[in-house]
Amino acid sequence: MKIEISRGKVHNEFAQKVEEISGQNLFACYQCGNCTAGCPVSFAMDLGPHQVIRYSLLGLEEEVLECNTFWMCASCLQCTSRCPKGLDIARIMEAIRLVILRKKERLDRLEVADLSEDFLERVPQIALISGFRKFTS
Amino acid sequence: MGKVGVVLCPCELEGGSSFDPEVLVEGLKGRKDVLPLIHHQPVCSESGVEAIRAFMEGNGLDRGVMACSKPELFGPTFKKALRQWGLNPSLSEVLGIRPIAEGKRTDDLQEALHVIEEGIGEIQRRKPAKGPKTPFIKRAMVIGGGITGITASIDLGNGGYEVLLVDRLPSIGGRMLQLSETFPTLDCAQCTLTPKTVETGQNPHIRLITYAEVESVSGGAGDFAVRIRRKAAYVDWEKCTGCGLCQEKCPSKVPSEFERGIGPGKAIYTLSPQAVPNKPVINPEVCRYFTEGKCRVCEKVCPTDAIDYAQEDTFIEERVGAIIVATGFDLYRKEEIGEYGYGDVPDVIDGLAFERLNSASGPTAGEIRRPSDGRVPKEVVFIQCVASRDPERYMPYCSRACCMYTAKHARLYKHKVHDGRAYIFYMDIRSMGKGYEEFIQQGMEEGILYLKGRVSRLFRDNDHVVVWGVDTLTGKKVEIAADMVVLATAMIPSRGAKELAEKLHIGTDEYGFLTEAQWKLYPVESGVEGIYLAGCAQGPKDIADTVAQGNAAASKVQVLFAQHRNSSLLRSDS
Repeated sequence: MKIEISRGKVHNEFAQKVEEISGQNLFACYQCGNCTAGCPVSFAMDLGPHQVIRYSLLGLEEEVLECNTFWMCASCLQCTSRCPKGLDIARIMEAIRLVILRKKERLDRLEVADLSEDFLERVPQIALISGFRKFTS
Repeated sequence: MGKVGVVLCPCELEGGSSFDPEVLVEGLKGRKDVLPLIHHQPVCSESGVEAIRAFMEGNGLDRGVMACSKPELFGPTFKKALRQWGLNPSLSEVLGIRPIAEGKRTDDLQEALHVIEEGIGEIQRRKPAKGPKTPFIKRAMVIGGGITGITASIDLGNGGYEVLLVDRLPSIGGRMLQLSETFPTLDCAQCTLTPKTVETGQNPHIRLITYAEVESVSGGAGDFAVRIRRKAAYVDWEKCTGCGLCQEKCPSKVPSEFERGIGPGKAIYTLSPQAVPNKPVINPEVCRYFTEGKCRVCEKVCPTDAIDYAQEDTFIEERVGAIIVATGFDLYRKEEIGEYGYGDVPDVIDGLAFERLNSASGPTAGEIRRPSDGRVPKEVVFIQCVASRDPERYMPYCSRACCMYTAKHARLYKHKVHDGRAYIFYMDIRSMGKGYEEFIQQGMEEGILYLKGRVSRLFRDNDHVVVWGVDTLTGKKVEIAADMVVLATAMIPSRGAKELAEKLHIGTDEYGFLTEAQWKLYPVESGVEGIYLAGCAQGPKDIADTVAQGNAAASKVQVLFAQHRNSSLLRSDS
């Protein structure tokens, strides 16, 4: 509930990495919430895309990485097309995904060989592709 | 004694029917000296005025009473119409009737009837006013030499009218002289203001009466008699050349009001190196000679023998035709705000103090250094709406300029301290001027962290000021160990404005701001003919708005003067 903020936390390494990967300035977001309002899957998200930006800026890295928002994001670009400040929010979501995928130590990594053939036959191909990207990279 | 015409306006435009005219007419029926007319449409309309004319002329009436709910709006129009019809306006009056409340009709009706009958009696007794005995004086007094008063004075002076510009301080420039830069262009305030102050000083039609206060005012438009107290400067300004030697040698160092207490001033001082007029005054409350009986250093060093410790207040008596009141604002005292430390935390300063801190002519020569230990603060918290928008405890109104000047402060801070972080706590961002919203957004993009919420308290913890606020966007309580905190405190009327208003017989609101005749249509008129208002004395506003009002008030004075063509005292240059 309480956060201590300081020069070290605000716009910290994590936020800067997200900015670097996405090419977007998180400070430019003025929190109008248009992205969340128009997002077709925001109903299933823990945090709205605008909250993810805010949390990232404030240095709340753990809370951001734990939420499901950017995994729910299908990059439909509804948010990007409507952002009044011209932020490419879908790119920001992708950047956060990449921050996780680029981490060396991850507990959720899967080995394809461990998946049963029965399972592989039942899962739609598109789900497999995105699942591989998330869990095997 | 002729009959008095009574006109009732049952205006339903504002807040329902103001009164039922039929009932009032019943009440007046018995009187033989009265002819009532009810007019069932707004009398202020063209056809309404025409109907009154037909009624007055048709019945040969020269005296009239009209009752409506907004006399301040219709009054001037009515009087002007009377003059056009060849009637003497002093024999007619526009009375205000309160709207009649549903629950207490009888009481309110009785009261309305009473007001009308009193008015009729007054008009019957009144003798026609004679024409003015004295010529209409086309010369104006401007009270307050801030940017508003300067603007109005220059306009009037350029229009050829003589102006007396009275200021309480030793030199003109007002609050703007304390500012470092101005939004939204980040122009240097002194660079924009100094040409104006110099122009004011050089204008042949403007007479500066600084270090002076208006003592009394009597008379009316066209002939106000004013008495001005010129405070003792203890320096003979005729002899003084403004060399500055006395200030340089003065041994006393005291916290200066102009520097908002964060920098020292001398006992003999001018407000700025570019002061207009560039003449010093001695503050006897801190001067060593006045307090301890010895020193007299300034007297010794003055090359022109201008120091005069025996000088006394003098009085100036003048007659002017119109007055502009532009007495400006003060900031709500941070010493009165408990949750922000009652002014006891040294690194908690107000907006004007930050201006001085950031000003090249200020105590730190423009370097951002915090007052307690002179360190460059790396975490600076700015708090908006301090004592503003707080109806329960402080001022209910929005002070209008703070959103912008706080953004300006944070940006200027970032420009000077690149590795510092600026946080702004805000409730809403109000940036309604031209280029203002763009300015705010640019500030955000440069990395100012805006936190939506109020700061509940702050306290000193070793060499930090701990700030307890909230970020309602994330719903989280926020704690910041800041190095310095800047409070955007509410604008309030300047000290003494209310007393001055009483001397001028003009109104003030419950906070002491001068009240205009009507907010939308008569924004710079006071309730008294010939007295106009401008700038922050009338309500909080920024420089752009205040200058517009200064222009407007000067224009109104020129309109007033232009209406009296036959006066024997013409423009001073003709």
